[in-house]
Amino acid sequence: MNAPLPTPKLNTAGPAIAVQTVRSPGGIEAWLVEEHSLPLIAVDFAFDGGCSRDPADAAGSAYLISGLLDEGAGDLDAEAFQGRMADHAIGLGFDARRDDFHGYLQTLSSHRDTAFELLGLALNKPRFDADAVARVKAQIVAGLQRQAQNPEALCRNALYAAAFPGHAYGRPEKGDIDSVSRLEAPALHALAPTLLDRAGLRIVVVGDIVADELAGRLDALFGGLSAGSPRPRPAAPLPLQGLGQTHVLDLDVPQTVIRFAGPGLMWDDPDFIPASVLNHILGGSAFTSRLFMEVREKRGLAYGVSSSLLPLRESAMLVGGTATRNDRAAESMKVIREEMAKLATEGPTEHEVEEAKRYIIGSYPLRFDTSPKIAGELLNLALRGDTPDFLATRNQRFAAVTLADVKRVAGRLFGQPDLLVEAVGRPVGLA
Amino acid sequence: MKSHARQTGLAEPVESFRLDNGLDVVVVSDRRAPVVTHMVWYRNGSADDPAGKSGIAHFLEHLMFKGTKAWPAGEFSKIVAGYGGQENAFTSYDYTAYFQRVPKEHLRAMMDYEADRMTGLSFDESVVAPERDVVLEERRMRVDSDPAAQLGEEFSASLFFHHPYGTPIIGWEHEIERLNRDDAFAYYQRFYTPENAILVVAGDTDAAEVRRLAEETYGRIAARGAAPVRERPIEPEPRASRRVQLNDPRVQQPALRRGWLTPTYTSGKAEEVFALELVAEILGGGTTSRLYRRLCVEDEVAAGASAYFMGSMVDRAAFQLSVSPRPGVAMATLEGGLDEALAAFLAEGPTELELARARTRLVAETVFARDNQASLARIFGSALAVGETVADVLAWPQRIEAVPREAVVEAARLYLRPDRSVTGLLLPA
Repeated sequence: MNAPLPTPKLNTAGPAIAVQTVRSPGGIEAWLVEEHSLPLIAVDFAFDGGCSRDPADAAGSAYLISGLLDEGAGDLDAEAFQGRMADHAIGLGFDARRDDFHGYLQTLSSHRDTAFELLGLALNKPRFDADAVARVKAQIVAGLQRQAQNPEALCRNALYAAAFPGHAYGRPEKGDIDSVSRLEAPALHALAPTLLDRAGLRIVVVGDIVADELAGRLDALFGGLSAGSPRPRPAAPLPLQGLGQTHVLDLDVPQTVIRFAGPGLMWDDPDFIPASVLNHILGGSAFTSRLFMEVREKRGLAYGVSSSLLPLRESAMLVGGTATRNDRAAESMKVIREEMAKLATEGPTEHEVEEAKRYIIGSYPLRFDTSPKIAGELLNLALRGDTPDFLATRNQRFAAVTLADVKRVAGRLFGQPDLLVEAVGRPVGLA
Repeated sequence: MKSHARQTGLAEPVESFRLDNGLDVVVVSDRRAPVVTHMVWYRNGSADDPAGKSGIAHFLEHLMFKGTKAWPAGEFSKIVAGYGGQENAFTSYDYTAYFQRVPKEHLRAMMDYEADRMTGLSFDESVVAPERDVVLEERRMRVDSDPAAQLGEEFSASLFFHHPYGTPIIGWEHEIERLNRDDAFAYYQRFYTPENAILVVAGDTDAAEVRRLAEETYGRIAARGAAPVRERPIEPEPRASRRVQLNDPRVQQPALRRGWLTPTYTSGKAEEVFALELVAEILGGGTTSRLYRRLCVEDEVAAGASAYFMGSMVDRAAFQLSVSPRPGVAMATLEGGLDEALAAFLAEGPTELELARARTRLVAETVFARDNQASLARIFGSALAVGETVADVLAWPQRIEAVPREAVVEAARLYLRPDRSVTGLLLPA
């Protein structure tokens, strides 16, 4: 019925997005993409540090603060603050992540005066009222209790704890029930200014606002925060611990959740781009990856199986996972290991590399079709130290990857076959 | 609270038309990025599964990726991936949908393929068993590993004790295990027809282009003569309050949900459904809502409180409230607080401020939805799949604005009564 579809020529042009660099009178810098066809403004920003700045005995501090900044600020208590957000349909929120403290604002452009005022208050004058602290702590503890027997959450926490013992990355981002229960307002007031300092601040704005106006608003939002001092980037990634080990956490469930980790590459490693191609071939998001074909399609072992490169600020992992029947968990893990070993010894085929490059290049515009997505992509670029020029050259860098590059990286990442494996469930024959 | 965000006043019009073979088409133009979202919706979902074959709609959705005569298994996924596209599918109670998101120049290829897959599905017995195992693993992941999901199944089965909305979309395990190739093909041949489908294209295109491409692709499929008929039992009006309780040693954070049956947008009682959208937002929409303020902030008995309502269903909708206790608070205390807060709302109705805030938030959601072509495609596709129209979707914000206070009070009093409610309790062993 249909003729074979022609293979289109690789179009390596970057997304047609004009990024302006806006600088306030006080020296605050933001990237701006003006988009006036909809009456919306999206602001995305992040402070360097995040959960990794939690004191060792106070895990979950940054996460608690992220839940409290919109619970009252300045003269407004929580009810008044959230009432103004609701009355103007303003979306404002914060999230503490492993390496940064992230915030976003979404507003109709007609409500931007109120929206920017509330954001400024939240950043500069959080109240941490006793009732709000108790309420948000109760919510976090309830969430931790909900996750306490959740195989996915348990497995994820176990993986980080085993890979990074004694390091902030090894602690759960939300803390644990004991650590969260101990957190009180004075310590939060003391920690907040160090979490929200300008040293590693990155700001992206997309939407219905012009550069001059944005420049005039930035100082009121961010100018009053402490200057801080930049954290140096480590020269080499912190090595993962526990490689070669398999740990099983017993849980009475019919399915075993598995997560594995091996060494990855830092974002600025020259091999990061070919490593992305390699990962796509192994366990990327398309329905064509080797793990998808071998674990799901051929053997029906799991609903989902995937892998991804996870560059952190101080370390780097290649992580993956699946969830599979207890009595076939060992078989699933064996198949995964074999695919990694095959890539290390034989490498992928030329065709796989070309198809992976096509996917990675062709899918790039899909990341830029809404304002929050554009803002999020640009913020990620900014956080890893890139400039907006990356948009124009990114696809060319992928197009230049050769089979030899991918084979070299496969040897580098999978040549030494030790993985850290964490499993939660009642797997048969896994450990 | 999750609501069915709608959109309004798009910069370019939403256009819809019907091909000669009965296929409905909706085009939403958004020229900002050079990408398109291509979706085909079928007006059949898990509620159309034959008795004893629960899960067949969802299983067929999986099998739809097993190839056609023109494109054997995996071939089209390779093509989509080579274009940098994303693809997937999902099954709900009333519909099944397939989509690809691709750079705009590949729209024609997606339409070629999806048109081929509407009638050309072809696979042999060898792929059926592994794919059934995949579905069983999916069920183990989503349900068997999660006591809250297990309670959810029992809760729905109590809310709908006759209608198939009470059966899980993915199916019951013992029935999934017996689904086979013949079941799948019988179901496919009954429902996968142009008269039963809706094509939605959103993104960097326009109606003229989509019409031309659709006629060249989907237009070649022969009409069957009439759309298949959904044959479903009718849920009776409930006469008793019901309680479902699940105790499990894995539960460390208890939870309570309460649900009521309500009409849908297409039931002839749309006015009540618009009012219920506002009731849901007022009771459980975010941290300024009635229940959150009362239970989480003032009484300090709840960690969370929220409402869920989705009036876009074919036969009957469900209105749900969910609360969870603060650590150390007894469930009976929390339930007492919920009962009181709800009774007070039914007696007094909303304040003017609560009503104004709810209208503002619901209407603003529709403006935010305009930023996302994939969301717009889902909004129009799901609306048409349950029997609403493009005009209904476009008029939604104005209809919400126009609901009078008395209608909100009356709808709440009519439907959110204790004597027709289902309460679900998730508790430790």
